[in-house]
Amino acid sequence: MSGQPQGCGAPAGGVAVSENSSGEAIIEGTVSAGGAPVQVGYARLLDDGGEFVAEVPLGADGGFRFFAAPGTWTVRVLAPRGARAEETVSANRGHTTTLAVSVTAPGN
Amino acid sequence: MSRSDVLVDADWVEAHLGDPGVVLVEVDEDTSAYDKGHIANAVKLDWKKDLQDPVRRDFVDKHGFEELLSDRGISNDDLVILYGGNNNWFAAYAYWYFKLYGHANVKLLDGGRKKWELDSRDLVTEVPNRPRTSYHAADADTSIRAFRDEVIAAIGQRNLVDVRSPDEFSGKLLAPAHLPQEQAQRGGHIPTAKNVPWSKAANDDGTFKSDDDLRKLYGDEAGLDFGKDTIAYCRIGERSAHTWFVLHELLEQPKVKNYDGSWTEYGSLVGVPIELGAGR
Repeated sequence: MSGQPQGCGAPAGGVAVSENSSGEAIIEGTVSAGGAPVQVGYARLLDDGGEFVAEVPLGADGGFRFFAAPGTWTVRVLAPRGARAEETVSANRGHTTTLAVSVTAPGN
Repeated sequence: MSRSDVLVDADWVEAHLGDPGVVLVEVDEDTSAYDKGHIANAVKLDWKKDLQDPVRRDFVDKHGFEELLSDRGISNDDLVILYGGNNNWFAAYAYWYFKLYGHANVKLLDGGRKKWELDSRDLVTEVPNRPRTSYHAADADTSIRAFRDEVIAAIGQRNLVDVRSPDEFSGKLLAPAHLPQEQAQRGGHIPTAKNVPWSKAANDDGTFKSDDDLRKLYGDEAGLDFGKDTIAYCRIGERSAHTWFVLHELLEQPKVKNYDGSWTEYGSLVGVPIELGAGR
């Protein structure tokens, strides 16, 4: 880390995993619609009380990544035209939990 | 003052994005979002490169702000419409910053980039060419910026609002969960702070909740004493700029400061009190 604190912003797809990430409780995945990656959309992480914890814009491959803590979390996806999806997952330290989320837009 | 004095919606922006005297500014930490596509005629500000001092931990000084706005072709009498990603965190930070340096006419696009994208509105890659101006900034208005000694003195005296997520507040996480958790400072929160995550003030699409809902959230639910001065903080001061905007601009609380040193400063100070757990 440099002298300036890193901002809290999330790059599209989430921050890359580095060699320092081995102790992290990572939740990552991709979002697709009809088999194609969803490139415009957002993944948000909610805690076990349903409270917002973090949000990242999806990457070009529909990807997202969170650095959570051990426990139960919900990933909620928002995409254009009201498309939504929600999945509950558990995270463990030193482990990467991978999700494949598919969304369907109402009326599509 | 009303909501329309500080906020515009996406329809308004679509109708006015070519008006002379209106300047759209996208503010992001990760400016690759702007480079991939932005609202037509919008110029970009990079939260880190443009708004932070490159050496010291501080934001750019008055002269630096004048130079920046002159370079972007922004005049003192322009109406500046700010928007950005991350639910307008960095745009709200820039709004606070524009106010701090005395820009008269500045508003936020409600919902920011996210609402615009979820609405499937047009984004372009052409970068506008705005001729250079001679921008004059006012002296920094520290009535809206809190420093550490003032924060320590405010414990138990003023409203302290910690706008981070409950897990950051309790000390379980040191940073938002989309970031690696390697920071070395202590976890927890400033004693007597109320935890009102910034996200509770926003809808899923990033727009602000209604004034009634907001008043209920900070007053009835969080127990803020609206008769007292308030200091908002988060980890580095942009999420709390979002809450500063809600309290100072939407709910018109007269004395609200943003503590931009926030947890990365407070949680690294030697000898200051820290509270752990859910609080209250």
